[in-house]
Amino acid sequence: MESDNQQQRAHIFSRRFSLNKFLEISTTFVLRFFTYLIIVLAGYLFWDIAYKGSKVIFISEAPFINVQFLTEKPQTLHVFEPVDIDSQLKAAKADILSKSIQRKALSNSNIEEANAYTLAIKELNEEIKLLDIQRKERRLLFSDSEFRNLSETPSDDDYVYNTYAYSGGGIGPAIIGTTLLVFGSILIALTLGVLCAIYLSEYSRPGKVLQSIRLSILNLSGVPSIVFGLFGFGLFVLYLDWGVSLIAGWFTLALMALPVIITASEESMRAIPKGFREGSLALGATKWTCIRTNVLPYAMPGILTSSIMGIARVAGETAPIMFTAAFALRDRLPWEGLEQSTDFFFQGVMALPYHIYVVSSKIPQNEYTQSMQYGTAFVFLLIVGMFALSSIILRVKVRKKYDW
Amino acid sequence: MNVNFDIQEKQAQPTKPPKPVIKTKDLDFAYGDSQALFNISMDIFKKEVTAFIGPSGCGKSTLLRCFNRMNDLINSANIKKGTIRISDIDIYNKDVDVIELRKHVGMVFQKSNPFPKSIYENIAYGMRIQGVKKRSELDETVESSLRGAALWDEVKDRLNKSALGLSGGQQQRLCIARTLAVKPKIILMDEPCSALDPVATAKVEELIHKLKKNYTIVVVTHNMQQAARVSDRTAFFYLGRLVEYETTEQIFMNPKNSKTEAYVSGRFG
Repeated sequence: MESDNQQQRAHIFSRRFSLNKFLEISTTFVLRFFTYLIIVLAGYLFWDIAYKGSKVIFISEAPFINVQFLTEKPQTLHVFEPVDIDSQLKAAKADILSKSIQRKALSNSNIEEANAYTLAIKELNEEIKLLDIQRKERRLLFSDSEFRNLSETPSDDDYVYNTYAYSGGGIGPAIIGTTLLVFGSILIALTLGVLCAIYLSEYSRPGKVLQSIRLSILNLSGVPSIVFGLFGFGLFVLYLDWGVSLIAGWFTLALMALPVIITASEESMRAIPKGFREGSLALGATKWTCIRTNVLPYAMPGILTSSIMGIARVAGETAPIMFTAAFALRDRLPWEGLEQSTDFFFQGVMALPYHIYVVSSKIPQNEYTQSMQYGTAFVFLLIVGMFALSSIILRVKVRKKYDW
Repeated sequence: MNVNFDIQEKQAQPTKPPKPVIKTKDLDFAYGDSQALFNISMDIFKKEVTAFIGPSGCGKSTLLRCFNRMNDLINSANIKKGTIRISDIDIYNKDVDVIELRKHVGMVFQKSNPFPKSIYENIAYGMRIQGVKKRSELDETVESSLRGAALWDEVKDRLNKSALGLSGGQQQRLCIARTLAVKPKIILMDEPCSALDPVATAKVEELIHKLKKNYTIVVVTHNMQQAARVSDRTAFFYLGRLVEYETTEQIFMNPKNSKTEAYVSGRFG
C-alpha cells in the first residue's frame, strides 16, 4: 500500500533516477574535481616558493628587502658554530645511533627494554631540537667579503669553522645576466619575427611554398629546448667561434622564441580590418607605406604583448643557455674589466635559471644552500611574473587607445 | 540561360555627346576559374554620375574595382580579354604606375573605413604619404576637402578628435573628403550608402550631386531609387553581363530589355 501511495503521488514531472542524470552529475563532479586539483597544485607551488623565498628576500629591519642578496655576487659562506653546542650535538647524535642499534638487537627478545630505548631516543631528539635552536642563535655567518674584512677571526677554541660554496652573498650577477639575455633576445626575435610575419601575411602568395614555410615554423616550435641549446652551441659557440657568450645566448633564445612571435604577429596583422588597407591603397599608398602607416601601428600592441609572453617563457629555459651563454659563477659584472666595447657581447654571464640548476643539483646540499635555492627561485618567479604583467598592462592600455 | 543579352546595339547614344573618360572594351574578367565579367563594353562620361545597378553577385563591384585596379590585391583575379582606357591610356598596360592611377581614380568603400586617427590626420593621410609636410598646405587641403564633402561645419571644432567618434554618415562623408584630398578626377563609390540611415543617405546623395560639377562619379548601388535620384546614366548588370546602359530616364521610364524592366520595377532581384 505504501508503494502504491507513492506511485499515486508521482506525476509526470517528478524526479526519477536515470542513467543519463547520473552520468551528468558525475561528469560535472569529475570536471570540477580536476579543475580544482590543478588550481590547488599551482597554488601550492607558488605558495611554497613564495613562502620560503620571501624569508630570504624580505627582512625584518629597514629597508625590509635583503639588498645584499639582490645585489651581491654569489660567495662562499663561512660558518662559525659554537664549539660547546657542537660537541653536545655530536654526542647526542652518537648516543642516538648507539641506542638505536641496541634497540634493534633487543627488539625481538626483550620488548620492554626495547621500549625504554625508544623513549630515550625520543628524549634525545627533543634535546637536539633545543640545542639546534641555541646553535642557530649563537652561530656566526660571514660571506666571503665580510670574512676577508674581519679584523680577527673568532678563536678556534670557541668556534668550529666550516665553509660552504655558493651559500653566501647574493644573486646580483644572475639577475643582471638574465635581464641582459631577455632584452637582447627580445630585440633580435622581434626584428626577425616581425619582418618574417610582414612578409608572410602581406606579401606572400598562398601556395606550396607558403605552406611548407608555415609547416616548418610550426615544427620549430616543437623542437625540444636542449636541441636548441646544442644547435646554438654548434653554430654560434663553435662554428662562428663566439665562445660561451651573451650574443650566442641571444641568438639561441631568439630562435626559440621565433615561432611564437611569427605566429602571434601574423595573427595580429590579419586582425587589422581589410578596410584600413584598402582605404590606404585607394589613396595612392604603396604597399609598404600602407603596411607602415596603417597596419603595423595597429598591430604592434598585439605583436608586443604576445611576444613578451613568448620571450618570458623562453627566458625561463635553462637548456638553451647552459651551452651557449651561462656561467656557473663569474665574479665580474658584465661591464667590469672590458678591454674593448665589443667584448661586452662576447662574455658569458650568470643567469637565474642556470643558477637554480647549479645550486640545487651541482653542489653538496646542506641547511645553508636552501635559502639560496628558494631565494633565487622566488626572484626568478617575480621577474617572469613582471614580464607577464607588463604585457597584460600594455594590452589593456593600448586596447583603450585603438578601439575600432 | 536562354536570355538574349544583346549588348552592342543598346550602347548609349546620347543626343549631345559628352566626352567619355573611361572606355571599357570587350572586358572579360575572372577570379581564378570562375569568370565574373563577360564581354563588357561601355563608356563612362566626364562629369556625369553613372550608376551601376543589378542583383548581388552580378559583377558591378568587380567592374568598379577594375577601374582603379583594386582587384590587383586579389591574387587569382585577372583580366582575360579586353581593355580599360582612362583618358585614352590603357590602365592595365605594364608602364602604368598603379599608385598614380589610384591618385587619379579615388574610391569610397561600402563600409566606411576611417583610420583610427584624428579627423585631421584622416584627411591629411593621402597628402602625407605623398611627402607633403608643410603645415599650411595640409591645413588648406584638409579644410577644402572637408568643405567639399560638406562636413566642415560639423567637424571644424573637433578636427583633432578621433574620426571613430563620428556618426556613420559623417564617417562616410569623411571618407569622401579623404578621397577628395588627393585631388582625383574620377571617384568610384561602392555602395556608399548601404550602411546608412535615410537622413545620412540623403546627405551623401546631395553631396554626390554637388561633386558632379567637378568630378566624374561612378556609383554602385543596390537602391534603385538612389540610382534614379543621383545618376545621369544607369547601367544594369546581370550575371556578369551588361544588360542595358542608357540614360537614367530611359532605364527607369522606358527600358528596352525585359530583364531591366523586371528589375527596376522590382519584380526580381
